[in-house]
Amino acid sequence: MTRHVLLAGNPNCGKTTLFNGLTGSRARTGNYPGVTVERRSATLALPGGSKIELVDLPGTYSLTARSAEERVAVDAILPPQGDPPLAVVVVADATTLSRQLYLALSVLETGLPVVVALNLMDEARSLGLVIATDELASALDVEVVPLVGRTSEGRAELLAAIERAIAKGTTSSRRGLELPAEAEAQLGHVAQVLKDEDRTPRSEAWLRTRAAWALLSIGDDELSGVTPTLRAAVAAAHERVPALDEMIIAARYARIDALLARAVRGNTKGIRSATERIDRWLTHPLWGAVAFAVVMAALFQALFTWSEPLVGGIEALVGLAQDLVHALVPDGPLASLLADGIVAGVGNVIVFVPQIALLSLFLALLEDSGYLARVAFVIDRLMRGVGLHGRAFVPLLSGFACAVPAVMATRTIESRRDRLVTMLALPLMSCSARLPVYALVTAVAFPREARVFGVLSLGAVALFGMYVLSVVATLGAAAVLRRTVLKGETPALILELPPYRLPVARNIALAVWQRTAAFVGNAGTVILAISIVLWGLLSFPRSGEIDARYDAEAAAVVGESREAQLAEIEHHRSEDQLGVSLAGRLGRAFEPVIEPLGFDWKIGVGLIASFAAREVLVSTLGQVYGVGSDSDETSTTLHDRLRAARHPDGRLVFTPLTGLALMIFFVLAAQCMSTLAVVRREAGGWGWALFMLVYMNTLAYVVTLIVYQGGRALGWA
Amino acid sequence: MSADLERTVADLGLGQPARIARVGGATPLRRRLLEMGVLPGTMIEIVRVAPLGDPIEVRLRGYALSLRREDARAISVEPPA
Repeated sequence: MTRHVLLAGNPNCGKTTLFNGLTGSRARTGNYPGVTVERRSATLALPGGSKIELVDLPGTYSLTARSAEERVAVDAILPPQGDPPLAVVVVADATTLSRQLYLALSVLETGLPVVVALNLMDEARSLGLVIATDELASALDVEVVPLVGRTSEGRAELLAAIERAIAKGTTSSRRGLELPAEAEAQLGHVAQVLKDEDRTPRSEAWLRTRAAWALLSIGDDELSGVTPTLRAAVAAAHERVPALDEMIIAARYARIDALLARAVRGNTKGIRSATERIDRWLTHPLWGAVAFAVVMAALFQALFTWSEPLVGGIEALVGLAQDLVHALVPDGPLASLLADGIVAGVGNVIVFVPQIALLSLFLALLEDSGYLARVAFVIDRLMRGVGLHGRAFVPLLSGFACAVPAVMATRTIESRRDRLVTMLALPLMSCSARLPVYALVTAVAFPREARVFGVLSLGAVALFGMYVLSVVATLGAAAVLRRTVLKGETPALILELPPYRLPVARNIALAVWQRTAAFVGNAGTVILAISIVLWGLLSFPRSGEIDARYDAEAAAVVGESREAQLAEIEHHRSEDQLGVSLAGRLGRAFEPVIEPLGFDWKIGVGLIASFAAREVLVSTLGQVYGVGSDSDETSTTLHDRLRAARHPDGRLVFTPLTGLALMIFFVLAAQCMSTLAVVRREAGGWGWALFMLVYMNTLAYVVTLIVYQGGRALGWA
Repeated sequence: MSADLERTVADLGLGQPARIARVGGATPLRRRLLEMGVLPGTMIEIVRVAPLGDPIEVRLRGYALSLRREDARAISVEPPA
């Protein structure tokens, strides 16, 4: 069996670059059990021929954990159950050694075989830092391998050192934590509690490291599985020695400072003239704002416009595949299942690929270059007002294009609570799939010549209003979520501003590939399944009587305009079949519920169908109004048919008030299965996805109801 | 600001170095700061302020960290010795 070696390190220390360099594109990605922290691993051959599984741990400054997510690192290094790792490679950025060694010392204290990979040696050299690696190695009692993750410099030496560390497998007393006597006594107490409550026999080093972990992690935490005994022991220890946490941390830093005083010379202030110069512009009050606007505009443009030809191409291919199915399979339920269920469902998945890939590309470039941290730095003040993190800006902005990639982009927000707030609020941003709906409704419901203030067309004002509403709703929802279901103190923004670096092409390509593949593999299956269910609702049951009637009509058609007449017959056939389908029946059953919003059952059918994607409302209205399901929002036949539509009592259906109500409903309602599927994946379960479905639809219903009924009370049509 | 109030990182002027005297604040914030090397005795200075006045960027131990002013108030400072 291959056993595993862990790769640990601070954020921005070049750990991922090193992992990619060592493993190429063979990495498997997934989540750690129970949390949405990405786990990447790959099998690797050591020089001696043995194989190991290299696991890339999430970047972390320490082993301390206050939540299940932060706990991933410590549980991988000191697993409560199962085999411990064969060895741990601690990747340390050679240019900021003082902070990097803090993690290294915490890992060394475990007594596990450790190799320190001193990364970014090229940057250290050009900064003028001189590091005596042999001095570090002998003081820490581990091998220290200088390397450059972007190139292969030091890679072979690292692999050989891992092999030696595994073979040696020993622990050293020189690595332990040395504390003042009073702190040592408390650490001993907690270690004893851990020993007593654990059935597995543990080494002294294991117990001491876990005890130090408990003393720094427990208290004001969100950890589960901590026994009341341990909690009480930790609380008592802090009671007895007030600054116990500080003593433990200071003891490690004292050791680091002594070590670095001997082993490092040169420009230890770490002033990087290039980064300083760039930041002078990019965080400047004026030029920084300009640069910010330019970068965000480019991102927005990419999602909105550059993805369009690709999305169009995919839609065309899906159309071709559907035609092919119809050409090969005789008409009937099977052809319909293949073409309208499965092929359309697959299309519903891959249609997101261009936007996901583009947004992943942008995010990877922004993150790896160091600019994403500056985005958070520049915008944090504004975002904090509604309880959001500076890092929430890019996902929210992306929400204007599509919620699916935007929800995936929330992974760059470290705190789970902040991430959930962002994820649950951003589907309210008016995405591009709502545009065809707005376009159709404004064209149908608002008189073309109506002007506001004499110049602005009413439709344009309504459209602008929808965007304003969506932003207000998103920020409002975030603020409310932050104060209610996701209450908790606003976590401190302790953000490292890494030096600007040129992104590594391989890292970017792998990040884009892994994100996209994860979407297709995971959320994609849910989307496909729901697509097929929706197809079933819209297609069954079919009435033989309706078919017989239209078959007879079709058979009777003669003359020059035969084609057009046949098409007309097919439109009416699909209109009538939709009326008797499950979706049609559901639309009728729900009519009393949506009637107070100004909607009739035909709009109800459209709402059901648009769960596949909001713009499907347009083609479904085409079908339900007998214009054909290939109608788009610019179809004048559809416009005319909708304008003429009346309720049974003779009132017009698409009055300006109904149009406004329908648009508001589309801004606020969660009616996109793909968003739900991706929230399920990113939030780690159906719970939050269903919560989103309920809160957004309740909000949509209530607001639409108030607007429609209020409008009627004011005497609007 | 009156003289008897403790000076914190949030009160420092741009580019004015100081020595950290004490790290307070809520337990999670305090521990996180301490573990990132914001320890009593360490030199710290503000190197940049965000365009909207908050957060600030501080430099310590050879690296740059961005903090909200509110959180920076948890770090008391004294003049460099």
